Amino acid sequence: MSQNHDNKVTNEAHEQQVVNAARRRFLGQTAAATAVIAPGITLMTIAHADSKSAEGASSSRRWGLLIDVNRCEKGCSDCVSACQQENGWGTGSTDEGLSSSRQKAQWIRTVTVHDKQTGFTNQLPMMCQHCEQPPCVDVCPTGASMKRADGIVLVDKHICIGCRYCMMACPYKARSFVHEPLHDQKSHAPRGKGTVESCTMCVHRVDRGEQPACVVSCTQGAMFFGDLNDPASDISIKLAAVSSTQIRADLGTNPGVRYSGI
Amino acid sequence: MVLSKKLKQRIGTMAVVFTAIMGFGSVAYSDNHEAKRSIGAKAGDACVKETAWMRRNHMELLKHDRDRTLRQGIRSVDGSINGCVDCHTNKDESGYYIPVNAEGEFCSGCHNYTSVSIDCFECHATRPDSAVKRAER
Repeated sequence: MSQNHDNKVTNEAHEQQVVNAARRRFLGQTAAATAVIAPGITLMTIAHADSKSAEGASSSRRWGLLIDVNRCEKGCSDCVSACQQENGWGTGSTDEGLSSSRQKAQWIRTVTVHDKQTGFTNQLPMMCQHCEQPPCVDVCPTGASMKRADGIVLVDKHICIGCRYCMMACPYKARSFVHEPLHDQKSHAPRGKGTVESCTMCVHRVDRGEQPACVVSCTQGAMFFGDLNDPASDISIKLAAVSSTQIRADLGTNPGVRYSGI
Repeated sequence: MVLSKKLKQRIGTMAVVFTAIMGFGSVAYSDNHEAKRSIGAKAGDACVKETAWMRRNHMELLKHDRDRTLRQGIRSVDGSINGCVDCHTNKDESGYYIPVNAEGEFCSGCHNYTSVSIDCFECHATRPDSAVKRAER
């Protein structure tokens, strides 16, 4: 009995030793793993710092437009022509000869607004409003419709399947679908059959530090472009000084394009 | 060694078939060689990476860099399809750029040979417009 008890004690002690050894190994491994993780974290920190200093769209900015409708001259379509020329759609491009006028691409258009009570008419340019909460991005089944960190809403045509849900979802009718094969596109504005497209806020120019083509072309000085997040930018100063509205603000999309004088 | 008449005939047939295969191979080779020759005049000695690597992996390079450019706005990337087109297009006799995917040009030379269709140029420009743009400014 006592021998059995002794044996039991010895076994327990032995098990204890085994457990201790296992625990030591485990703790040692954990320590080693921590040592491995720690440099990993350091590396990630370095990478993060690198990505901050590197070029690219940053969420510290939000690009936007302010359109002074009172300055927009009736019958003028300089912004539309400039967009067509810059991005290679509509008049001037050799394509979309088979599409009807309702099918043809329309990145920007002039809309005439008419007050029935007073008879006052005015016009304004209408394009993708680059919403903060874009309905087109919400509905896209493939993730092709996307918003850059700096607020520019784009279509990734590499993965666009041409379902046109985004066209249905857009409250501003800002998007078009290409119905036929195209040729001789602009190198900075790829566009092709079976994909949806819209105003890119001239993202290729913005990335170069330039202003969108429509803003540059507006001889009336009715369009302003800039960083809405920077209180010192020209557009922010202007927005703080004049009354402006968002179209269909009730939808809560918070467009990056604002209009004054409507 | 005496060969039967039947065996002689068979060897003869095999020789004809062999010659035909070799002949076809040399034609195919010359097509491929033609494609290599049509690398644009501006190309210089080397692409952004080693030629052998590029020949196999150029699409992978474009696939990742296109996402960085479009989604993150990072434009200084190795893989730019505009870069491909800028270097690998040729001009015709009148000095007009031939589309890079036209018959016998740089892209289609290999792609036709390997029977792999290119989707890039459904949307992307097939001619450089940088030269034209610089002239306009």
